[in-house]
Amino acid sequence: MPGIGVFVCWCGSNIASTVDVERVVEEVSKLRDVSFVTHYKYMCSSPGQNIIKEAIQNSKLEGVVVAACSPRMHELTFRKAAKEAGLNPYLLEMANIREQCSWVHSDKKIATEKAIQLIRMSVAKVTKNLPLEEIKVSVIHRALVIGGGIAGIQSALDLAEAGIETLLLERTPSIGGHMAQLDETFPTLDCSQCILTPKMVSVAQNPHITLHTYSELEKVDGFVGNFRVTIKHKARFVDEKKCTGCGLCQQKCPTQIPAEFDEGIGKRKAIYIPFPQAVPNIPVIDKEHCIWFKKGKCRVCEKVCPAGAINYEQQDEYITEEVGAIIVATGYRLMPKNVYGEYGYGRFKDVINGLEFERMLSASGPTSGKVLRPSDGKEPKVVVFIQCAGSRDPRKGVPYCSRICCMYTAKHSMLLKHKCPGVKAIVFYIDIRAGGKGYEEFVRRAEEEEGATFIRGRVSRIYQKGNKLIVKGVDTLTGSQLEVEADLVVLATAIMPQEDAKELAQKLGISYDEYGFFTEAHPKLRPVETSKAGVFLAGCAQAPKDIPDVVAQASGAASKVLALFSNKELVREPIIAKVDEVNCVGCFACEKSCPAQAITRKEIRDKSGNLIKEVAKVEPGVCQGCGACVVTCRGGCIRLEGFSDEQLFAEVNVL
Amino acid sequence: MKFAYYPGCSLKGTALEYEKSLIKVCKDIDIELLEIEDWNCCGATPAHQVNKYLAIALPARNIIKAEKMGLSLVTPCAACFSRIRFASHYLKDNRWREILLSVLGEEYAGNLESKHLLQIFIEEQIQQKIKEKILKPLSGLKVACYYGCLLLRPPEVASFDDPEHPTAMETLVHLLGGEVVEWNFYNECCGASFALSNPQAMENLVYKILLDATFSGANCFMVACPLCHSNLDTRQVQVNKHFKKHFSLPVFYFTQLVGLALGYPPKELGLYSHLTNPMGVLER
Repeated sequence: MPGIGVFVCWCGSNIASTVDVERVVEEVSKLRDVSFVTHYKYMCSSPGQNIIKEAIQNSKLEGVVVAACSPRMHELTFRKAAKEAGLNPYLLEMANIREQCSWVHSDKKIATEKAIQLIRMSVAKVTKNLPLEEIKVSVIHRALVIGGGIAGIQSALDLAEAGIETLLLERTPSIGGHMAQLDETFPTLDCSQCILTPKMVSVAQNPHITLHTYSELEKVDGFVGNFRVTIKHKARFVDEKKCTGCGLCQQKCPTQIPAEFDEGIGKRKAIYIPFPQAVPNIPVIDKEHCIWFKKGKCRVCEKVCPAGAINYEQQDEYITEEVGAIIVATGYRLMPKNVYGEYGYGRFKDVINGLEFERMLSASGPTSGKVLRPSDGKEPKVVVFIQCAGSRDPRKGVPYCSRICCMYTAKHSMLLKHKCPGVKAIVFYIDIRAGGKGYEEFVRRAEEEEGATFIRGRVSRIYQKGNKLIVKGVDTLTGSQLEVEADLVVLATAIMPQEDAKELAQKLGISYDEYGFFTEAHPKLRPVETSKAGVFLAGCAQAPKDIPDVVAQASGAASKVLALFSNKELVREPIIAKVDEVNCVGCFACEKSCPAQAITRKEIRDKSGNLIKEVAKVEPGVCQGCGACVVTCRGGCIRLEGFSDEQLFAEVNVL
Repeated sequence: MKFAYYPGCSLKGTALEYEKSLIKVCKDIDIELLEIEDWNCCGATPAHQVNKYLAIALPARNIIKAEKMGLSLVTPCAACFSRIRFASHYLKDNRWREILLSVLGEEYAGNLESKHLLQIFIEEQIQQKIKEKILKPLSGLKVACYYGCLLLRPPEVASFDDPEHPTAMETLVHLLGGEVVEWNFYNECCGASFALSNPQAMENLVYKILLDATFSGANCFMVACPLCHSNLDTRQVQVNKHFKKHFSLPVFYFTQLVGLALGYPPKELGLYSHLTNPMGVLER
């Protein structure tokens, strides 16, 4: 292919100070296939792009090499310019003489030689390039939001407001998540329920939102714009259509067990609505504890139900839905009880965690808003709060910071002071991390105005002495050991990903970090996208964060979905794998190697419909162009468009 | 079950009754102990204060000998256990391994398993054996299980139970029919290493342990370490004098309590050599 144009960029002094651009031009112009060479200070600028466009048209170029920065930086820019000049954009290649040459070398002579080599390689490659056409896929304008906490609720509401039909999936009987359990929220001390429940009601009433509570994601197929999801409706044993939510069944049920919503401090029945403001207001029978399911006797709820809604025969149901995008907002759990044996959490009744304390504070909670010791129901005189109980402890807990504990502990100490006049609140901390709007002021208020005592240091041990808890710790500011006689100890246990987060990530084909938090596509610039197109993140499933950040991210995720849905069809880069169906023997080794699950099976039939063989097929919408299948294929029957063997060999052979 | 047995020096000196009882008991429940020939001091506790290489080389020599016997190593002393575990830990590191093996002039495959005798006693199969042979359940004994420090820490070296809330001893006491006392200072330091250099510090620590055990309703201790034993047993007189108290909590080795449950008379288990007389508690 003669007629290749080479455009060498100075990038100001970025390239030109280390690479002798003029000598490069001189050498490159001697190459056999090159018919046009020039250089310019900033090739990416508008005049720079015009040089390329004009050369393509005037010199009738059949291929272009731009020797400049990394293709990550400007490949798109130059390909667009090529397209505008009438050249297939995939006939343009970049030679990276900045990041891979000028920036990493200091010897100008050697760097210049290397730049020439890099350009020669790109020229050799571009002679083998084939014109490629962009891939277009249709988009289903429906979204699935997984998780009905504040993150999922916010995303669903934002989407619905834009008129997008949204499915909201929640595995517990009600939406609301952890936020519904909280009492007041920092830094403004507004009541959590008061700001959350109106949103929950909006979800229930919004015609664009279909709520699937007590349901879990079973399976996901497909790709961006075209997902097929299977949802498992767990049997409630209550007919949702007949139930009026009167609550008689839960009044009369004889079985009492610790309530999950109250973190075990309060009790619930075997048939229950988790909390009064639950959405939907429909009970669930907990099969594990129900006397009828265990012993075959009782059926009290059935007898008292005026609507005849109880149905012990109900089965799990599976439904399939098609959606174009998925937002994952599955939230967090707190660190299990047994990590710190020395704190006796789980053994000493009066050592509790932050959420348990939150339920105590809540006016609608099991103690009606009174702070009482779980052991004897008395009001505490001294309460010790221990921050970083698991966070920032690589040895026993997790190395990361849970981000919300400093703030909620300050809040706890404040609310405690409000509820129990004369009480002593002592906070053990490592550092106070109060970076947020109004946050530092809030912690100061807890300390200076409300009179909570903050001690910088860690607690080594808690033990029981009579009905008191002795908290042994160190004050690292004075360097002294101290022992505090406490009535109640509240641990700020670490935020952790949901136990089955990794399983869900594998179902969705998204990546997760060493702890199980889902990974964003870029830590700074793409915080709500995942590595899988069409799947977005919101809330603590991605990393620990507080309510304002969760809501912001949830709205961000919703707006990303809306941007995606603003297209009728999606245009994707054609850099994908192609199967040579003639030679494929159908071993499907490629199927296993594909991280994006883009490879399916295709039947090849003869004219009369008899099956000849099964071959691999690459789903163009799903393929990420990673090339894993190409190297796996023993027969060499898969080729990566834009990176074929011929192209790569051509590049290597000129070295 | 057969093990390479490393007694350590205490069991040949201050803790003769520990060895006496464990030999009897182990025989009964089919634990065969083959004493490592020509074993040497494990270095606890002075060696690691003096020379870090010596501190590892001393137990390493015993480990290599045990490996040559083709058996897992077992020791009844928590201090020896700690040093042996440390040495195995370091022997996994290639740099240390090279130095140590060249000093010792030995080969070591690096697969030796080392355990404390208590760990063997709570293995399923041994528990079953003990259960079958119990003649006199320990009713009336309210036992404060005292682990001390070396059995548990540091956790990545010791890998023994939950370091902050262990349950191995409690399991054994339950099995023997004794009453386990819920108390707090099961893994606090007893100050043994300060016994000579700063007796006041040691007395304070022992006092706290005795006080909490008494307060929790215990009438005896169970230990798995000759150092814990000597400190808790022999210092009670001193502590009583200093704090004007009347503590009298006998301290038993776990093997002695197993022996009692298996029906051995106290004399055969060396119970008369304790300074805090256990007979009162046993007669009850």
